Amino acid sequence: MNSMNFEGMVKMACAAPIWTVEAEGESWRKMAKACADQGGRLVSIWGSEAAEGFVVFAACVFSEGMLISRCSAVDGKFASLADIFPCAARMQRAVHDMLGARCEGEDERPWLSHGIWPPFPLRKSYDPELDFAPAGGNYPFVAVEGEGVHEIAVGPVHAGIIEPGHFRFQVVGEKVLRLEERLGYKHKGVEKALEGLMQNEGAELAARISGDSTVAYSWAYAMALEALCGVTVSTRAGFLRGIFLERERIVNHLADLGALGNDAGFSFGLAQFSAIREDMLRISKEHFGHRLLMDIVVPGGVSKDIDVKAREAILAECASVREKVLILREIYADHTGLQDRFLATGKVESGLAAKLGLTGLAGRASRNACDLREDHPHAPYDKLDVSMATHHGGDVAARVSVRFDEILESLRLVRAMLEMMPEGEIAREIPGCSGFGAGWVEGFRGEVLLTLEVEKGVIRRAHAHDPSWQNWPALEFAVIGNIVADFPLINKSFNLSYSGHDL
Amino acid sequence: MYRILREILKNGLKTEREPSPDASLRVSPAKQSGEVLATLGNALAIRHVDAGSCNGCELEIHALNNPCYRLEGLGMGFVASPRHADMLLVTGPVSKHMEEALQRTYDAMPEPRLVVAIGDCGKNGGVFCRRKNYACKGGVSSVIPVDVEVPGCPPEPAAILQGILSAFRT
Repeated sequence: MNSMNFEGMVKMACAAPIWTVEAEGESWRKMAKACADQGGRLVSIWGSEAAEGFVVFAACVFSEGMLISRCSAVDGKFASLADIFPCAARMQRAVHDMLGARCEGEDERPWLSHGIWPPFPLRKSYDPELDFAPAGGNYPFVAVEGEGVHEIAVGPVHAGIIEPGHFRFQVVGEKVLRLEERLGYKHKGVEKALEGLMQNEGAELAARISGDSTVAYSWAYAMALEALCGVTVSTRAGFLRGIFLERERIVNHLADLGALGNDAGFSFGLAQFSAIREDMLRISKEHFGHRLLMDIVVPGGVSKDIDVKAREAILAECASVREKVLILREIYADHTGLQDRFLATGKVESGLAAKLGLTGLAGRASRNACDLREDHPHAPYDKLDVSMATHHGGDVAARVSVRFDEILESLRLVRAMLEMMPEGEIAREIPGCSGFGAGWVEGFRGEVLLTLEVEKGVIRRAHAHDPSWQNWPALEFAVIGNIVADFPLINKSFNLSYSGHDL
Repeated sequence: MYRILREILKNGLKTEREPSPDASLRVSPAKQSGEVLATLGNALAIRHVDAGSCNGCELEIHALNNPCYRLEGLGMGFVASPRHADMLLVTGPVSKHMEEALQRTYDAMPEPRLVVAIGDCGKNGGVFCRRKNYACKGGVSSVIPVDVEVPGCPPEPAAILQGILSAFRT
């Protein structure tokens, strides 16, 4: 039985539970509302140019899985979902920047476009050489007025080895009254660049949507293409993907835990965690040919197998990483100076988290618990009984704690997968095909979604969604009332992607 | 405190020997004399700018600060302002949205200054610029003069370190 029952719902032949449905007129908002009423969430909104005109898609999660609804944007207009899901607002602005279809009565400021390239690149008739007037003037930030209020502008180039973005703080003394983000600096036309590629060629670009989540995006791309072509990967390939994804989760969490210690003045943490991470990356390089595991998950399976030597190396590594992380966790927990910086800093209460749709790791740390690996497990997670890490705190300390828990759980999963993995082929051929497919994977930051429209083996439109879309707006709330000097720590505790968001 | 010291002692020194410079990574003749370059290299201050990378190169640049590569042990370090920097380390295919910020960062640097472009993207736009891309300039040298280019997707930390060293050691 399905708790969502709309006429025309079709289940996709996908590893993850995904349905598609036509949602013309009122049903567009009705379906989103139905998901929200169930306690569901919005994952993504995007647009496309179909033969009949512009269409918009919304991917919402309900109890049994994901519902992707498709609606015509008649006269280039569609109904806003921002009152149901606040995180829709920026995605809808991006639909206008990229395609020119607009929600009326909503925030009309551009989001991804900075007015430097000709408008609406995702239109089929787009001419990048078009003579147009670049947008002049400054972006209209919302300003706070009053005695003693001043503004601090930060970025796009930041004071460290970080991705670019602009942050505008309104401050009284040291206290943050308001933060407004301005992103899009890394927009590099990824979705347009995917158009026209052969269906297998797109995998390389998908692996570089966000370098820290390369396995997650590669898997989502592969899953979308496999759904579209009706290909199922071998059991062994499924386990191998799981092992690679969990390794990616562990190395990212290790980097974050070290950086969080460092941002609070505890450089010992950075040295220790970054050394463990380096050891893991070297094992990946030695056995799989790439430190970050890029291009290892491919459509149809994986490109590298785990042989006896690699298996032994990973098992030994699991034991040593576990031992070291447990010691470091105690050291972090007992360090009063560190805990003083972590506790009650950058807090997002669970009620606010639910309202904003805070997702992924940050959501779980604010009791807004969702994790595909437990909620809607696809192979190999359906055999693993994943235990989701959650915390009620909602502060930096909670996000640190969830990372520790997730490292330990991922280490358990890697060992279990090595144990359970049967022999078998690691990749299957995917024939050229036509249709619509989606891939949905729990990366280290949260759920990533990748959808593909393919015509005779050629990509017509691709859309990638990073969980940072949901969590960037929540960061603006997390810093309110904190001191400016704590912003780097709070920002790092979310560790959101700029590249995956700006595309 | 005892446990912290115990961990430090247990893990010991992990620092490896730095790679030798590779003159073939240099893409334009040095504008400074060998003496000036050697002086810069004694205490090199590096400013990093991400001009639209996928963040993969940043992960590997971060690794230079880990105990294995220990950049600071070589007298080099990352600084927070281009005005303090001798070298600009740039990643990404240079998104058009970052072009001005990159140019202004470069302009803010005092002479003598060095520029190292990191990764296939920094070199020529990489995977994002195989075909014409409306949103990218396609390589750092299309915006500012580059001394050294380090290929790779992403280049490994040792290769990045080698690129940095090759800009001032000959």
